[in-house]
Amino acid sequence: MASQHAKDYLRNAMMPHIWCPGCGHGIILGAILRAIDKAGLDQDKTVIVSGIGCSSRASGYMDFDTLHTTHGRALAFATGIKMAKPELNVIVIMGDGDCSAIGGNHFIHACRRNIDLTAIVFNNSIYGMTSGQYSPLTPRGSFATTAPYGTIEREFDLCDLAIAAGATYVGRGTTYHAQLLSDLIVKGLANKGFSLIEGVSQCPTYFGRKNKKGGPVDMIKWQQEHAVNAVAAAKMTKEQLEGKFIVGELHNSPAPEYIAEYDKIITARRA
Amino acid sequence: MAVERSARLMQGNEACVEGAIAAGCRFYAGYPITPSTEIAELMAATLPRVGGRFIQMEDEIASMAAVIGASLTGTKAMTATSGPGFSLKQENIGYASLTEVPCVIVNVQRSGPSTGLPTSPAQGDVMQSRWGTHGDHPIIVVSPSSVSETYRLTIQAFNLSEKYRNPVILLMDEVVGHMRERVDLHKLDTPIIDRVKPTCLREDYLPYDAPMNGVAPMADFGSGYRSHVTGLIHSKKGFPTSKAEEVDFLIRRLHNKISQNLDEILKYEEYMTDDAEILVLAFGSVARSAYNAVKTARQNGVKAGLFRPITIWPFPETAVAKLAEKVRHIIVPEMNLGQLRLEVERVACSRCQVSGINSIVGELIAPDHILRRIMEV
Amino acid sequence: MVIPLENQPVASPVSINKRWCKRCGICIAFCPKGVLAAGPDGYPVVVAPEKCIKCRLCELRCPDFSIIVEEGDKNGG
Repeated sequence: MASQHAKDYLRNAMMPHIWCPGCGHGIILGAILRAIDKAGLDQDKTVIVSGIGCSSRASGYMDFDTLHTTHGRALAFATGIKMAKPELNVIVIMGDGDCSAIGGNHFIHACRRNIDLTAIVFNNSIYGMTSGQYSPLTPRGSFATTAPYGTIEREFDLCDLAIAAGATYVGRGTTYHAQLLSDLIVKGLANKGFSLIEGVSQCPTYFGRKNKKGGPVDMIKWQQEHAVNAVAAAKMTKEQLEGKFIVGELHNSPAPEYIAEYDKIITARRA
Repeated sequence: MAVERSARLMQGNEACVEGAIAAGCRFYAGYPITPSTEIAELMAATLPRVGGRFIQMEDEIASMAAVIGASLTGTKAMTATSGPGFSLKQENIGYASLTEVPCVIVNVQRSGPSTGLPTSPAQGDVMQSRWGTHGDHPIIVVSPSSVSETYRLTIQAFNLSEKYRNPVILLMDEVVGHMRERVDLHKLDTPIIDRVKPTCLREDYLPYDAPMNGVAPMADFGSGYRSHVTGLIHSKKGFPTSKAEEVDFLIRRLHNKISQNLDEILKYEEYMTDDAEILVLAFGSVARSAYNAVKTARQNGVKAGLFRPITIWPFPETAVAKLAEKVRHIIVPEMNLGQLRLEVERVACSRCQVSGINSIVGELIAPDHILRRIMEV
Repeated sequence: MVIPLENQPVASPVSINKRWCKRCGICIAFCPKGVLAAGPDGYPVVVAPEKCIKCRLCELRCPDFSIIVEEGDKNGG
């Protein structure tokens, strides 16, 4: 398959997209499209499923069969698509709130089932579309419109949650680490099972402003300064890792895939 | 066929599964809830045998979502539930309605509200089946009164959902769901309708380009059309819009595709209504008692008749209005506090008296009860 | 291409789509070689095309799909 630019996979008539100047979501979208290209996926056999939120508007710009669903339920819709037509590549795009708050239950069960979906979570630590509320991935103490005095809630580590729930491929990249992000997605697509790639993104408009993080360039610099690669992190102490977050491949442990297991039943029982 | 087709004793819920398989359903996603669980269990056993797939999802919301996802690939899909689960499914039912994704939702009604009486029958979800999800949305709801009718109506529900690209609700109740009757599936063959798919080139395909009373051909995901499907109000191309004329056209078309095709959609049954002076209007399991009561009344010289809506929504207004002109009184027995009666009153428009018999204690209304009211009026 | 050809000893390998670009400044800030700078209207301008090593970081980190680096490496391969 000839290598193309990410933009060649866009629905040109829908561009430019609605995201704010400097929003990281376009970078993550680009990483996904490059990964699809590198993986050689058939554009006609690939379905993109998204939830609700800024990140989930991504599906409208992608030139595939695309499904923009209800808030938090993308993984459940995707499960139906994949169960009915396992030959399709199904990629699920969600935001941090969509995936870990309202979608939390569907997230842990998709991980547990190890169904062959590739989930990419655009984590900008905020509910952007509704103008800046905190999510379960917002760092404790951050400010948001529904946390005017700072959040008191501990945030999830979404990758830890995915691993604990049974996902077989888990990685984290950022908009700074755009190449890494794309490479992780390629591996996630190749994994026959549930893959979760968290893309740390920036929302300069709401999270950035409310928490005095500066503009998009400052926020990406922050990612550069606070990310530690998993390989290096393994050799660091807890003190050294204070205030940092880990990027790279975090978990790669193949296990029987859900539909492959189900199809054994069909083979055995088919009349 | 996965199951031997000959006359045998069959449960209502089982007939529903047989009907779904006969209609071509090859995907089921659901969650256990009394009194619908047998449908999930039988689907779990039957689907692999016919090359289909079953999944017990983590909750009712996910089940509805998975059904819609499967349908988008061109696979006929169904879920079944009861009151509390029906409430949970509403958002996604609305999604299927707006995105015009064919699917069948079975609600085996039990006594509510809330956890209610999980093992007792009721008909309290009539209004919810029409208006459970938010916004102006169309819906088709059909309700069987017997086991063999459950088989046929399940196929009919799939046919309607495919033809009109709309979710269809099969509104059963615990009596019909759990009762057993002798059924001969060979005698119940029903033609199958499949959705129309596009044959044009990808660049010429508009997923929601349909005339005011119609539906557009529906491309399967994975067949090369690269459609966008969204719950946002959308244009003919499927992309979000807020332009007044496009919003108006879409919402009205969604309603019109049902309301302007009632000849094909509506089903009802009339028994002895030609010269009836007193009409009993009943559906589901209550219609069985009503039939009995009307028959007895006639034997006693009372000109009673029965109107049994099989399609609950849209409500068969024209037929009922016509009867309201002729009869003196319409009795509406239902296992709820008078939900369908509201429709009858609206449609009768004071042309005749309307009264209800309302049981909410989880017991089927007995024929005697209806007969007594017939004799009273 | 945003630099008039006659002013350039080297053809610019970087092209910018001003219709989609939202002037976030990311490409300018993170180019390791200083190839880009903000023009008078805020859109990125190729000021040092000869320094471009085709690392493509601008293209990878552009949120707007507005900057494309032509194929090959810095040596024209």
